[in-house]
Amino acid sequence: MTTGWQPTCSLQHMQARAIMLQKIRAFFAARNVWEVETPLLGQATGTDPNLDFFSTQYQSGSQSQTYYLQTSPEFCMKRLLAAGSGSIYQISKAFRNNESGRYHNPEFSLLEWYRVGFDLQQLMDEVADLLTCVLAPLELEAESDSYVNVFSHHTGLDPLEFSFDAYSKCAEENNLSDAVTICAENHPMWLDFLFSFLVQPHLGKHSVSMIFDYPACQSSLARVKVEDPRLVERVEVFVNGIELGNGYFELSDPVEQRQRIDNERKIRKSKALPESNIDKHFLNAIESGLPDCSGIAIGLDRLLMLVTDSKTINQVITFPIANA
Amino acid sequence: MLKFYALVVKNVAIGVFFTSHEEKMATYSTNEFKAGLKIMLDNDPCAIIENEFVKPGKGQAFSRVKIRNLKNGRVIEKTFKSGESVEGADVVDIDMQYLYTDGEFWHFMVTETFEQYSADEKAVADAKLWLKDQDMFTVTLWNDVPLTVEAPNFVELKVTDTDPGLKGDTSGGGGKPATLETGAVVRVPLFVQIDEIIKVDTRSGEYVSRVKE
Repeated sequence: MTTGWQPTCSLQHMQARAIMLQKIRAFFAARNVWEVETPLLGQATGTDPNLDFFSTQYQSGSQSQTYYLQTSPEFCMKRLLAAGSGSIYQISKAFRNNESGRYHNPEFSLLEWYRVGFDLQQLMDEVADLLTCVLAPLELEAESDSYVNVFSHHTGLDPLEFSFDAYSKCAEENNLSDAVTICAENHPMWLDFLFSFLVQPHLGKHSVSMIFDYPACQSSLARVKVEDPRLVERVEVFVNGIELGNGYFELSDPVEQRQRIDNERKIRKSKALPESNIDKHFLNAIESGLPDCSGIAIGLDRLLMLVTDSKTINQVITFPIANA
Repeated sequence: MLKFYALVVKNVAIGVFFTSHEEKMATYSTNEFKAGLKIMLDNDPCAIIENEFVKPGKGQAFSRVKIRNLKNGRVIEKTFKSGESVEGADVVDIDMQYLYTDGEFWHFMVTETFEQYSADEKAVADAKLWLKDQDMFTVTLWNDVPLTVEAPNFVELKVTDTDPGLKGDTSGGGGKPATLETGAVVRVPLFVQIDEIIKVDTRSGEYVSRVKE
């Protein structure tokens, strides 16, 4: 008998996904947050130099144009927010090339939502409510701490003040000396490295752990903190050492937004990465006015891994990339 | 006609692959890392045991890899930046028949092609006690030179010496030492006699059973 055609995910896990999605939809329905749909194929995609995208050709008669599979529904959802949609959520697929592993499949499911008028703390409260509801059988407590606190607690280093010597010493003491050559003088990369290997595994042991106030060099699309410009209004959620999601008090200043995109495109160019177009519709939407809002994306496959106590993402998706 | 053309093109492509393969080993990106892949690390051939893709949602991706150094057997952990490339190691496992030793080298032969390889003492170290001529062993070649020789899990060897005085005593107990034709000494039950053939587990060095001829 030929093998390989069967799903890698059990029937129980397929049903657990259906139940999880029902819970999420009921959660937002009760809070009057509307479900929306935005395109998976777009004329532009994210400029984040750490995300590889898929592209394809759209044929219209003799015309051919490059379209991109979305790395996240963020840009289109912000266009809806700028158009006055109010609070919205979306359950959709997202695509990230070259990402495959125990916790990664290049095509994956995301829950992304935006709350108009919420600051980061209000969003974190809602994230805690949703996750403790979906993960109810695990009886998790929600907790939160600042990036600076957890980072210095687990590494003894100051994440806001880069010291090549101190960072290298920490890496060497923890059998991670490869970091010295990989990261060199690149402070953000050092933070990614040390956080991934020395901090993250400890986060969310029997809890929903939310880490907020990220260093400004890890800003992405978060707003700079008014009280302390060395920090940004960004939150990451962890359960059992697994990163579940990433949220911001959304950047709405069009000038700063444009600068960050230009900067990311410059980095892409310097690393000889494929160019990503400027999303002019997105920038025009921000220009016309993004309401004050907070938003977050949660990886649903990883959430389902926690619900079903699975060791690999392949146990919760029907057909992973290798036999899709 | 078209079909025939396609076939020819395919053959040409394969030919090109072999030529370049001989000149230079392939390189592998971290995205191709998987258990069993042989790569060069600090000039030593290594085998990947485990690869974990680590990526913060908004940051640099890494590969945390568990690797066995095939020269000394040591296992180390190493981190690569995602997308980095490393040189592949020309390492292959081939089943070969053990022929003889001249004291300095141990000679093996691929039975299909009669190609012979000589392994030094370091390469045969783990298998030395079980080397019996005409038996088959797995020889790992690195750049066409034997790197390690692995004995099969079970071997059948003749007892050349053991204390015969204990015949008839079937009380079991701790057994007795027996010297085998390869020089290995294993503990055997008291009833095992000289010239009998026994089956031994090479992983533990323990007696399994007598073999009826």
